[in-house]
Amino acid sequence: MEQTNLQLNKPDSQTNEWDARLHHATRATREDWAGRGISYLCIGAIILVVASMLWFISSKGIATFTQNHVSVWKFLTGTNWAPDTGHIGAAPMIVGSFAVTFAAAIVATPFAIGTAIFMTEISPNRGRKLLQPVIELLVGIPSVVYGFIGLAVVVPFMRHLVGGSGFGIISATFVLFVMVLPTITSMTVDSLRAVPRYYKEASLALGATRWQTISRVILRSATSGILTAVIFGMARAFGEALAVQMVIGNAAVMPKNLISAASTLTSQLTSGIGDTIDGTLPNNALWSLALILLLMSLFFNALVRFIAKRGQLKHER
Amino acid sequence: MNAKQRDRVATVIIDLIVAAVVGILLFLLVYILSAGLPHVSWKFITGASDPMSGAGGIGVQLFNSFYLLVLTMLISIPISLGAGIYLAEYAKDNWRTSLIRSAIEVLSSLPSVVVGLFGFLLFVVKFKMGFSVISGAVALTFFNLPLLTRNIEESLSAVSRSQREAGLSLGLSKWKTEIGIILPVALPGIVTGVVLSAGRVFGEAAALIYTAGQSAPVTNFSDWNPMDPASPLNPMRPAETLAVHIWKINTEGMAENAAQLSAAASAILILAVLLFNLGARLLGNFLYRRVTASK
Repeated sequence: MEQTNLQLNKPDSQTNEWDARLHHATRATREDWAGRGISYLCIGAIILVVASMLWFISSKGIATFTQNHVSVWKFLTGTNWAPDTGHIGAAPMIVGSFAVTFAAAIVATPFAIGTAIFMTEISPNRGRKLLQPVIELLVGIPSVVYGFIGLAVVVPFMRHLVGGSGFGIISATFVLFVMVLPTITSMTVDSLRAVPRYYKEASLALGATRWQTISRVILRSATSGILTAVIFGMARAFGEALAVQMVIGNAAVMPKNLISAASTLTSQLTSGIGDTIDGTLPNNALWSLALILLLMSLFFNALVRFIAKRGQLKHER
Repeated sequence: MNAKQRDRVATVIIDLIVAAVVGILLFLLVYILSAGLPHVSWKFITGASDPMSGAGGIGVQLFNSFYLLVLTMLISIPISLGAGIYLAEYAKDNWRTSLIRSAIEVLSSLPSVVVGLFGFLLFVVKFKMGFSVISGAVALTFFNLPLLTRNIEESLSAVSRSQREAGLSLGLSKWKTEIGIILPVALPGIVTGVVLSAGRVFGEAAALIYTAGQSAPVTNFSDWNPMDPASPLNPMRPAETLAVHIWKINTEGMAENAAQLSAAASAILILAVLLFNLGARLLGNFLYRRVTASK
């Protein structure tokens, strides 16, 4: 009791000091505020970039429909692309983009799955040591170099094989196949590795051969991961610009077959945007192509999320 | 065919697939190097190119590539470091964070040509900065930020919790703990990621065609005043990089020996990327040994 009184009767200056210490931020707290501020600023900058990118490209892309009063349906389904004369049917580019994307994914997926199986199931140590650098190098080769090799090797080869100019969807498919292969492979490896070990052990203990285990247990339980990998590969193929532009021939006509010159959204954009004047119909039409690219990229993103969510649910059940 | 035979056949097929994949890479490397290296000479590496046909050397383009790379890294490393620290340390597990993460994911999945067009629209058209080094560097930053941020966040999150607790229990602020304790431990992973992304930036062309431009005006390499229009350091001059140069001579160039030129330029580009990959590995391992004192 005595002591409490003593403490209460402390001189004023000391009380104030305690008060100050308890009610004011320490150096560490102030430091933390500053640090928090810096990191908020950085993440805010990134968000600002994403938001303004979506805003600017969308507002430019819809000008074709709001200012030039072109109907969306006509734009998407029209097959005549001659912006200088007012004909802007984007169907040739849309079809071209989807054709090369699907073709590349279809060719690349078996190769990617085979390589991934080799790396995880057949030869986990040696295979990984050999193939990891191979995949990293394939990712590292710049797309213009892929385009150049396509131009120097694939196009003459196709010309020799089937005649014609050699430019076209099939050449673009060849080039994109190699470009999306590492993307699909490395993500498939991740999803195969995520399969619980005891699945494999249980299957082998039942007397299944290695291939039976791989095909009926491992691949099946990794399906959603592999699907995600393929979609990521498709997103990369859909957005690839220069390598495709160099080998596809850039003729804005509906592709009649796989070996005639065609064009994609990206190839038309790269070869066209510099030659048009800001604010005119030909320029706006190109921005609308960019908007389609943007929307497709968002769509691939959403699709990956959807598959991931469904995969999760299945595992929980 | 019984199960065992099927197993054997499947294994053979997988082996063939792997051989094909390795064969493709070997073919690519051997082709580029054998087609390109015979045409590489000191004069080619340092010489100027003809502005119309694109024939001649790649000296200015090579300099531009490195200059843009340095500028891009100067802008993007601090921002992604801050953003990475935010995601690893401060972000709570709520809807706001997941929105931020999706925004970063969207940015990383955007085609680089779209990023380049955005840079073109913002800097060249709206701000009237013209095709310039700085427009290119900022466009490359947009392209680089999401990957670098994710890499930094992963490296920081991989550091064990006990290190964080040790820092906090010493009375350090969260920020000080992150900068003084966690960051040094995470450094090897971060450096590896930075060097790998440098390789990506070095080879990028689609984002640069309409931001840094497609012309490489001959610059005066004895003038290092960044304010001077003729100086190589002037951030407002157009700067065609090596990757853009390869694209240009293949699509629009009039040079008679376009194939040799681009093979040689591709060989240089590939060698640079190989060096970046190798450097990332070596530097990462070296730093890891230094930081963890393990052998």
